[in-house]
Amino acid sequence: MMYFTAKNLTGGYGGVNIIEDCNFEVNQGEIVSILGPNGAGKSTAMKAMLGILNNSSGEIILNDRTITQLKTQERIKSGISFVPQTNNIFTELTVQENLEMGAFLYDGDINERIEEMFTLFPIIKEKRDQITGELSGGQRQQVAIARALMTDPNVLMLDEPTAGVSPIVMDEIFQHILNIKKQNIAVLMVEQNARQALEISDRGYILVTGKNTYEGTGDYLLNDNEIRKAFLGG
Amino acid sequence: MDIINSIVLLCNFLVIPALTYGSQLALGAIGVTLIYGVLRFANFAYGDLMAFGTMTVILVTWYLKSLGINLGVLPTALIALPFGIIATILISLLFDKTVFKYYRDKKSDPVILIVVSLGVMFILNALVRIIIGPGDVVFMDGARFIMKAREFKDLTGLDEGLALKSTQLITFITTIITASLLFYFLNKTKTGKSMRAYSNNEDLALLSGIDPNKIIILTWVLVSILATVAGTLYGLDKSFKPLAYWNNLLPIFAATIVGGIGNPLGAFYGGFVIAFTEIGLTYAYKKFFVYLLPERLEPSSLIQYISTDYKFAISFAILVVVLIYRPNGIFKGKVI
Repeated sequence: MMYFTAKNLTGGYGGVNIIEDCNFEVNQGEIVSILGPNGAGKSTAMKAMLGILNNSSGEIILNDRTITQLKTQERIKSGISFVPQTNNIFTELTVQENLEMGAFLYDGDINERIEEMFTLFPIIKEKRDQITGELSGGQRQQVAIARALMTDPNVLMLDEPTAGVSPIVMDEIFQHILNIKKQNIAVLMVEQNARQALEISDRGYILVTGKNTYEGTGDYLLNDNEIRKAFLGG
Repeated sequence: MDIINSIVLLCNFLVIPALTYGSQLALGAIGVTLIYGVLRFANFAYGDLMAFGTMTVILVTWYLKSLGINLGVLPTALIALPFGIIATILISLLFDKTVFKYYRDKKSDPVILIVVSLGVMFILNALVRIIIGPGDVVFMDGARFIMKAREFKDLTGLDEGLALKSTQLITFITTIITASLLFYFLNKTKTGKSMRAYSNNEDLALLSGIDPNKIIILTWVLVSILATVAGTLYGLDKSFKPLAYWNNLLPIFAATIVGGIGNPLGAFYGGFVIAFTEIGLTYAYKKFFVYLLPERLEPSSLIQYISTDYKFAISFAILVVVLIYRPNGIFKGKVI
């Protein structure tokens, strides 16, 4: 059994199901990407795993424990952290305050944890007293990821961490995600930049109209002709 | 000498009253802005919450006086203040639990909550008038003046007197202390920061593990403290009249919006902006110019820009101008 598993995930908004019978698994120290065309239900699947989606069924298992009944905040307490795609920082708070808020549930030494984040993301250390709303897109994204890491999670879920940033910044963010993986965290991310995401991923899932259509290792998905043509742009 | 006289004159009739009035508005506006920032609606019941708080302070003051307890030169109301605050917190939480929570859980539009707050306003207003009556209540005791105009004249030998009422000084000092404590709380403590975080990004606050219910209770507690303190200071300075607090709602909202709604520091300054504009525009400058200008240039009219009857129109005009040209407020705030 993998560390974090979602089984037979079905759900949506209102009456219509957006995702149907999806299965995802991710182990500690592994990066897993969920890819697929627009509207495939990638973000919805993540919301279901977090318990934000009201109408969903299926089973979520964290470290051999079923957490399906837990509310979002309790799931976060049990070690899952999430970086939303948009509005993922407190724009009116400073970098330091953003990290402190991320550590709201953290029992250890907050300052020590903040220093760890600053070693992981050196650029935001210089900006620690600046209001995050004034930072560049790439820096904001780093603050967002650092905020999510403050709770010292075992599972990190990222919803399109590279949306709207330049290719250079994208590489930088992926590099950071690889560093996070080294800390034995299970990383699950939804990505639009499929090819680049698969290059750093151990495994990937391709969602089409709410169903798991393909899954496999990063290399396999990158090298399969059919998948390349259909989803990775040739 | 004439220059000093003219400055003293302005201090006496413009600066000191505006600082006092501005302090009262500032505390009120911070309360309105906190409710808007955290609970996301404009609370029209705020003026009557101030009236309710002040009323409880008055009732406790009367009781204390009947027991023979007083503060000497300071007004007895200062001892009664904590009791008034507790009563106001309780009634705020009661209304939140019975009224506002229902609409919050339903995720109603802010405009619906505004109408709901109007209903709460009528209930509170009626409650206050039933309990204490609609008339004027003077509950100021202790020393009335720190410096009388005549004493100042004797002391300095100037023609103009500078009077300083004890309520004016108490108002100003209490406001500075209350506001400083509040800003310390919001900017330096973990709970205060989490309140700002919740106000800034509710969803992310939830994802960070901040408990919304605690934040909401805390907001009502802070708002009740501010409303009671501001209301009591206003009542001590002028007199207590239930309808006066309802009337103050307009300048308070104007101050909130000038400062950028949702921004407590902006609301603090906004209170003073409104007070200085209101008093500055309704003050008759004739005597001031008589001191400064040579005799042949002396003004014949009062040089009063706007009659005091229209003082509320000034708040309203500022409100409209700010909403048209700077909807974010002079300081940065949320767009309504």
